[in-house]
Amino acid sequence: MTPLPDIWAYLSQEPLLWLTATLVAYLLGDAASRAARHNPLVNPVLVAMLLLTGVLYATATPYRTYFDGAQFVHFMLGPATVALAVPLYNNLHLIRRSLIPMFGALLAGSLTAVVSALVVARMLGVEGALLLSLAPKSATAPVAIGISEQIGGLPTLTAVLVILTGIIGAVVVTPLMTLLRIRDWRARGFAVGVAAHGIGTARAFQVNDTAGAFAGIGMGLNALLTALVAPWVVWVLL
Amino acid sequence: MIVHIAVILMFQLLGETLARGLDLPVPGPVLGMAGLLALFLVVPGAAKAITPTAQGILAHLSLLFVPAGVGVTAHLGLLSQAGPALVLALLISTVLALAVGALAFVALARLTGVEEDAQ
Repeated sequence: MTPLPDIWAYLSQEPLLWLTATLVAYLLGDAASRAARHNPLVNPVLVAMLLLTGVLYATATPYRTYFDGAQFVHFMLGPATVALAVPLYNNLHLIRRSLIPMFGALLAGSLTAVVSALVVARMLGVEGALLLSLAPKSATAPVAIGISEQIGGLPTLTAVLVILTGIIGAVVVTPLMTLLRIRDWRARGFAVGVAAHGIGTARAFQVNDTAGAFAGIGMGLNALLTALVAPWVVWVLL
Repeated sequence: MIVHIAVILMFQLLGETLARGLDLPVPGPVLGMAGLLALFLVVPGAAKAITPTAQGILAHLSLLFVPAGVGVTAHLGLLSQAGPALVLALLISTVLALAVGALAFVALARLTGVEEDAQ
């Protein structure tokens, strides 16, 4: 029989191990989320992420090696974005009726996200490239990274801030909307898509299908608007 | 099933080509989504056919963010001393953006008389 360290040496270099680990960690996160009756604090992404971080740390595996396996899952983000056309089409009658509220909420939500992040961080003493990296954090990752480069931020830091924003949005949206007594699924979904992109959209689909469809549109439109608005806000504010 | 995946990938490919070719500030997959929606509007039958596959992908949208999420903990060092300030700014800004966006939506829906049917 091959000794265990040799098997590990082989497996730890192949995509199979980390691809499997990613799926299993997600299933555990999803099971935990169900067990907690979709309590927003038990977010499946958050649980899976913490589990995998622990395993990577314990096995001294670099993120690069992990990502070689996990990239197959990561790749599916693109097709999933394209697939959002389906709930969009199936909710078209609702969307056609809500064009004015959508555009108003898009403008208000998008500007609030960029301006408030910059103002609060500056008040807390954040400056320079770190501050600029914060501006596009509500847009979906590929767009946010491009904007960050353009305005002089640090793209890798922006990627981290984008994911954190998504998780914060997914965790706070349900209690916040309940607190504000907003019951309209369109409003709840759209706002979380604008403020917290794909991770917020994933949370919206978990709660309600209409909310998910509106979140998908909010995410798509805000990607476009943030690209137009962020450089301008940075120029005016800083 | 394979046909539906092929169609989705083709629209992504088309979107990526357009976004890069024309230097658009929109990501390729978002353009691909717009393209696929246009197809559905012209050929309504296509939407029905692709729905199960698309729902299969979207049902576990959260899963797809796990690899990038793990990257956050790998890059936590980047947050450096400004970490707590940055996280606090994210928290406040996200709560504000959510509240302002949703309240604006509800107010405008009421104003224009397109309130959601009670449920």
